[in-house]
Amino acid sequence: MIWQYILRRLLAALPVLFGILLVTFALARLIPGDPCRAILGEKATQEVCDRFIEQHGLNRPIPVQFGIYLQEIARGDFGSSIRYGLPITRLLIERLPTTIELSLAALFVSILIGIPLGVLSAVKHNSWIDVLTMLWANIGVSMPVFWLGLILAYVFSLLLKDTPFWLPPSGRLSAGMISTPFYEVWGWSLPESGVLPGLARFLSNLYILNALLTRNWALLKDAIQHLILPAMALGTIPMALIARMTRSSMLEVLGQDYVRTARAKGLPYRVVVLKHAFRNALLPVSTVIGLSLGSLLGGAVLTETIFGFSGVGRTLYDAITARDYGIVQAFTVVIAIFFVIINLLVDISYAYLDPRIRLD
Amino acid sequence: MTTVSNLDAEGLRSVSLWHITWRRLFRRRSAIVGMVILGILTFIALTAPWLAPYDPYQVLIGVEPVQRREAPCIHLLGCPKEKPQHIMGIDGNVRDQFSRILYGARLSLMIGFATVTFAIVIGTVLGAIAGYFGGWLDNAIMRVMDVLLAFPALLLAIAIVTVLGPGLINALIAIGIVSIPAYARVVRASVLSVREMDYVAASRALGGSSFHILFRRILPNALTPLIVQGTLGIASAILDAAALSFLGLGAQPPTPEWGSMLGAERNQIFSAPHLVFFPGLAIMLTVLAFNLLGDGLRDALDPRLAHVSG
Repeated sequence: MIWQYILRRLLAALPVLFGILLVTFALARLIPGDPCRAILGEKATQEVCDRFIEQHGLNRPIPVQFGIYLQEIARGDFGSSIRYGLPITRLLIERLPTTIELSLAALFVSILIGIPLGVLSAVKHNSWIDVLTMLWANIGVSMPVFWLGLILAYVFSLLLKDTPFWLPPSGRLSAGMISTPFYEVWGWSLPESGVLPGLARFLSNLYILNALLTRNWALLKDAIQHLILPAMALGTIPMALIARMTRSSMLEVLGQDYVRTARAKGLPYRVVVLKHAFRNALLPVSTVIGLSLGSLLGGAVLTETIFGFSGVGRTLYDAITARDYGIVQAFTVVIAIFFVIINLLVDISYAYLDPRIRLD
Repeated sequence: MTTVSNLDAEGLRSVSLWHITWRRLFRRRSAIVGMVILGILTFIALTAPWLAPYDPYQVLIGVEPVQRREAPCIHLLGCPKEKPQHIMGIDGNVRDQFSRILYGARLSLMIGFATVTFAIVIGTVLGAIAGYFGGWLDNAIMRVMDVLLAFPALLLAIAIVTVLGPGLINALIAIGIVSIPAYARVVRASVLSVREMDYVAASRALGGSSFHILFRRILPNALTPLIVQGTLGIASAILDAAALSFLGLGAQPPTPEWGSMLGAERNQIFSAPHLVFFPGLAIMLTVLAFNLLGDGLRDALDPRLAHVSG
């Protein structure tokens, strides 16, 4: 039953995926000017451009070009970047982990604070805790991420200087700190290209995972310290949304008959709240969490710019200002595909948690 | 007719939806806070030229003894009387930040209303066509909406601005396009829910044209969800527009736009925090006001809550 549902959802995601590719392809074609010089830079000579146009089939009809584009992406070939002189796939392997690590940390912070706050304000409905939490939640969803990030940096890096609460204002690691990839520590030699070596490089760029794998505790501490402020900045909006959703869904569940029954048969309030009500209240919260994960990817552009993380968002921003359209196109596709996959996983986990949805 | 006016006289007159909504809205503290902030902002926006002590574009070099990025000077808080008062300090181009913030209110409200109006008009047309005519048209329109929703909103807006070129108007168009799907979905759902109802069939039997049925009989049902969605939409439009301006893709300097003011001075956060703090605070208060009002409207317009208060 659940497999049928998953299959159905996968099939429904295909046209969307196709649409994403079509949109990014169209956006790239709509960029004013000569496609060759937009991708290779203004200084490309006519000879180079002719070769480039021939190579990428840019003189062929548009539908054929779209076919070529699809083929290239299916092979994992996003072309290369003029600014960095690297294949874009290589850049992705290097920079996507930064963004993933940041987004997961932000999500972790938002769940860790948002859910308890929501439960607490539902249990203490209409108390000052409830009022304060909801006030904070309303302010939290209204704050510009980039502003919050800068204010946090000001408070924790400048005002709290020389206290134990000091946190670094930028970068992923302190100067002089190097994250040696786990495969080098383990003495593996990786081939230049290929799927598995790419995956290993990708994983080694998740610094926290890499620090754990290589048991480098100093590195772990440093990486976490650098991650706290950006995660707080990026996590505030989802935290507020999660707290709000947890509260309203807890209030709904707490008013139901079975909760009263559980109370009537003499179970302590704490047990009823945590075991009976909380589990059922989590369902709608899981949707909010999933949806937030997607918007985190958008907010990452701002957070990474402020905190000097060279992740997908920052790279994308730099690419836009430098008009490196190859990167803009490739990174947008990758983020959108990620977004679709996350939404798919949320739907599936939702169906798993609530059997009624599968039958819909 | 006589009976009706008798009933009126006895105080049993039917109250309109708007009347009920207003009454319920005024019982919610958060909605009142939202309306008060919005009232103040609207007042500031309308009277900025009179309220602002300086011209927002005026460079004060040689006009007054002030330094670049000087901290706020408020006479009431003990700033020496001989120094000119600048309650939010001086910006990087030696302009009075307070005046720029006041003028920024105009721009932010304009941005919010313009993008949401744009998105509502297009979203309503698309959603109404999809819901009313159904079939392949519905399928085609809604799949396009799905694709738009498949991108993180801010990211898609960035990509669209890249194509259109940076600038305030283009940023508004980009944010408008990105927010179309939300309205199209709301309108489509409302249309679907009443399309098959008897009164619509009656209107058709009376010879009403499709256009008449759609606009006079069906779309009014979509009004309340659209108002709620629109109010919350203004909040996110202002936030996204500020983000685009912060990244240098929206309003361009020297326009007194809060996001671009903040973006221009972001590297001065440690030396001149007031230049980051005040524009951000202004953005936050504006967005907060629309969010509070939107939440309040949602509760006030929800018929399921009719028996609770009303």
